[in-house]
Amino acid sequence: MDYATSFGRVIPELVLTGSGLVLLMIAAFGGEKASRLVSILAAVALGLAAALTIPALANGAGGESASAFYGQISADAYSSFAKLLIYLAAIACLMIAPAFFTRLRSMRPEYPVLVVFATLGMSIMVSATDLMTLYVGLELNSLSAYVLASFLRNDSRSAEAGLKYFVLGALASGILLYGISLTYGFTGTTSFAGIRAAQEAGLSTGALFGLIFVLAGLAFKISAVPFHMWTPDVYEGAPTPVTTFFATAPKVAAIALTARVALDAFGSQADAWRQIVIFAALASIVVGALGAIGQNNLKRLLAYSSINNVGFILIGLAAATPAGTSAMLFYLAVYVVMSLGSFAGILMLRNGDGDNLETFDDIAGLSSTRPAIAWCLLILMFSLAGIPPLMGFFAKLEVFRAVVEADLIPLAVIGIAASVIGAFYYIKFVKVMFFDEAVDRVTKSATASQWAILGICTILISPVGWFLSRGLETMTTAAAAGLFAGV
Amino acid sequence: MEGFPILSLMLLVPLVGALLCMFVNASTARWVALIATLIDLVLGIILWASFDIGGAQWQFTERANLFAGFEYKLGIDGIALMLIMLSVFLMPICILASWTSITKRVGEYMAAFLAMELLMIGVFAAQDIMLFYIFFEAGLIPMYLIIGIWGGADRIYASFKFFLYTLLGSVVMLIAMLWMINTAGTGDIPTLLQYDFPPEAQTWLWLAFFASFAVKMPMWPVHTWLPAAHVQAPTAGSVILAGVLLKLGGYGFIRFSLPMFPEASAQFMWLVFGLSMVAVVVTSLIALVQHDMKKLIAYSSVAHMAIVTAGLFAFNSQGIEGAMVMMLSHGLVSGALFLCVGVIYDRLHTREIDRYGGLATNMPRYALFFMLFTMASIGLPGTSGFVAEFISLAGVYQASSTTTFVLTTGIILGAGYMLYLYRRVVFGEQKNADAAAMPDLNAREWLMLAPVAAAVLWMGVYPESFLAPMRTDIAAIEARIARAAPQGDAELVAGKPNAHEANYIAGEHGTGEHGSGEGEHGGSDGTEGEH
Repeated sequence: MDYATSFGRVIPELVLTGSGLVLLMIAAFGGEKASRLVSILAAVALGLAAALTIPALANGAGGESASAFYGQISADAYSSFAKLLIYLAAIACLMIAPAFFTRLRSMRPEYPVLVVFATLGMSIMVSATDLMTLYVGLELNSLSAYVLASFLRNDSRSAEAGLKYFVLGALASGILLYGISLTYGFTGTTSFAGIRAAQEAGLSTGALFGLIFVLAGLAFKISAVPFHMWTPDVYEGAPTPVTTFFATAPKVAAIALTARVALDAFGSQADAWRQIVIFAALASIVVGALGAIGQNNLKRLLAYSSINNVGFILIGLAAATPAGTSAMLFYLAVYVVMSLGSFAGILMLRNGDGDNLETFDDIAGLSSTRPAIAWCLLILMFSLAGIPPLMGFFAKLEVFRAVVEADLIPLAVIGIAASVIGAFYYIKFVKVMFFDEAVDRVTKSATASQWAILGICTILISPVGWFLSRGLETMTTAAAAGLFAGV
Repeated sequence: MEGFPILSLMLLVPLVGALLCMFVNASTARWVALIATLIDLVLGIILWASFDIGGAQWQFTERANLFAGFEYKLGIDGIALMLIMLSVFLMPICILASWTSITKRVGEYMAAFLAMELLMIGVFAAQDIMLFYIFFEAGLIPMYLIIGIWGGADRIYASFKFFLYTLLGSVVMLIAMLWMINTAGTGDIPTLLQYDFPPEAQTWLWLAFFASFAVKMPMWPVHTWLPAAHVQAPTAGSVILAGVLLKLGGYGFIRFSLPMFPEASAQFMWLVFGLSMVAVVVTSLIALVQHDMKKLIAYSSVAHMAIVTAGLFAFNSQGIEGAMVMMLSHGLVSGALFLCVGVIYDRLHTREIDRYGGLATNMPRYALFFMLFTMASIGLPGTSGFVAEFISLAGVYQASSTTTFVLTTGIILGAGYMLYLYRRVVFGEQKNADAAAMPDLNAREWLMLAPVAAAVLWMGVYPESFLAPMRTDIAAIEARIARAAPQGDAELVAGKPNAHEANYIAGEHGTGEHGSGEGEHGGSDGTEGEH
């Protein structure tokens, strides 16, 4: 394998690296005036990177033919699908941000630059087939994310969120590194293929500890229970566009990474990690549902909602089959659309002064004052609750179908019964908007790009999305096949 | 039979209407909704007229492989046909009932009703088990909004209870369905109807389906969402709830539980009978002491639905036919009773029974309609209620005479609470001046009540029109469950009926000779019957 081939396989990452560095220069010399230009260029770069990932997904690349840099990175269909999702989510987050930051006079060109670098880190995360690459990608993403969380320098809540995220993120990285070192010590290699081969014969106690610590570190990144505590605080404190970003792109990356580690590196010991994943899944569903009930802040509510959704995604992982992986990716795609739509809707709730509103009291009776936003949010909330005929139901259906096929019936029954608890606060959201007396606080009109994101997301998850389900399933099946080709 | 996609068209009309209603003003929305529902009614009549009785089991089939995971597959048999007819018949009446009483957010209201119509037709027409589930569950959204936005004072509690109760009941059924699809390799309902699941798995599957259908039905003790929802819903919402939504549970039993899990159904026959017996007696007694008219009718619905469940699990075609007629009859009668309540509620804005009295004096036409539906609810011969109760109880008797005995007391209690209600509202002295000043029915209310009254009488006098399309399908279900049918305690022995009716005149049908009186009667034909 020569370097030319290797570089050829990581072109999307190279595009992001190059454009990130160039944009940094523009930002440094252009100052705040350049923010708009940098934003647009960043979106173009992400779009280009997305277009460049399509061939690998279309070819169903996998195994040796996708590997680059001597097994450090794999540009297979699986990572391509995840990257595509990440890039599109990042573009959406760039689109909704300017209106928010401009009003606070803090729209700086660093925002798009940081998003590009975070996205680059995520690309590396989802493609990593070696524990070292994994860690490099993870840290590149995390460091950008810490800065993004505290992007509103003058807002104490934002600074607090950044600090919390940093301290707890560092702790998680430590746990992950400890697990990596144990795994390396007991298997003698950091490459996923090598670890799998070494554990083929059995799992020593030390290696089991390594596995547990690695999964614990990753559980923190995907905010699965019991490592979820940071999520509500960071989501609430971070600026809303950044929260949108956190809830979508890094989530996809961390989950895709976790799935690859579990199915590839520890793929020969599925029984060892399955019980951990099942516990995390069910605990996430229940805690995500119960925690949300008492919340008054909509961003906190959506933070718990994302914990809840991660639980369902992990159920797909617990199946440990290609069908389960495909279902998981399907759910991820739908989840990203639902989250983008919900956060875009919340960003659009602004009062006469342009201040953002983010509590239940502010949206009482929204359906009579701003019916369009209210109906879009209604569809998004019912979709998050998994009520047919919306795509959120479709995603849950795919996951549970995979679990039933894998013969994990008790998991399916408990998981779906717990989803009813979550339905409570989603319908409470609808109740506040539709049944309560109108307070008419949301008066400021939203920008066209926010309307576009909200509208597109709502249409995609409405029954219109059914017609896309077949195409999406073809892609997720190809992606899952690409992952399992290397296993 | 791949012909004109009439079922898809019936789904499309309310969909287009609903989308249209969202964007137009109030009075246009009313007309759009009325026209859309009337188009669907016409399509339903065409559907019934072109339904080939005794022909293929599944007619008007359509299929399109559009989506991942399940197929878009429609088709109806006689049972589904009748329930679709009930839905499209009640819908324009619901729109009329809301014509003046709904004043806020009319467009959204009409859209919600049209969405309900679409989903209900979809439930009965779906031939893929996942498609069925989607239509079945999706009804929660519009109904939640109807109760929550346009409901009474305590609407929020009622809407939450309705939503969470029915959702919790249904989700486990989804897992059971996924297991069935995985095991049988298909989600095609006609194929699954012929698939024999292992009996031990049937037990679990049956329980999962039962959890959902029992809540929808609703069966005692999971009926408590119904009175709350009924009382708070607007009139038309109650009509749809009683008229069609409650039929989803019965349809589920008849379509899934019985033919797909015959062994488990036999195993749990006593559970169903037990719950039905308790339901009939307990809810009838509860109905007796109600002060709220809607609540009273809601409880009577639970009692009537208990007769449906008992009839379904009698394991004979009589019981199932009776249950089907009971569902149709109850859909009409309780729907009409809610309309009757709505008529006076619109005038006085209270459902308190004591606030009325002596309405026969100032509203004689109303009193007449109300009496017809009261009698139909009690089961007076000549009305649909009698046919329904008689056939289903005759069916249940073959399976269990004890159960029949208890269910029959429910009819007596039913007469008690319905007549008591009627006496307090319509007869007696006019103690409330405002109630005494209420005007009689207007043209719109005539349009609402008269068609239902005609249908009730038609079903009471000539039920064959409604039974004929369903007969072969019910016979097929009976044949399917016969292998598991438990021994009944009545042990009826069929007699040896005379070969001819009593006034038979031999010569009349004989060869050649013109019949000339009793003289020739009695010969070989007569003696045969004597044994």
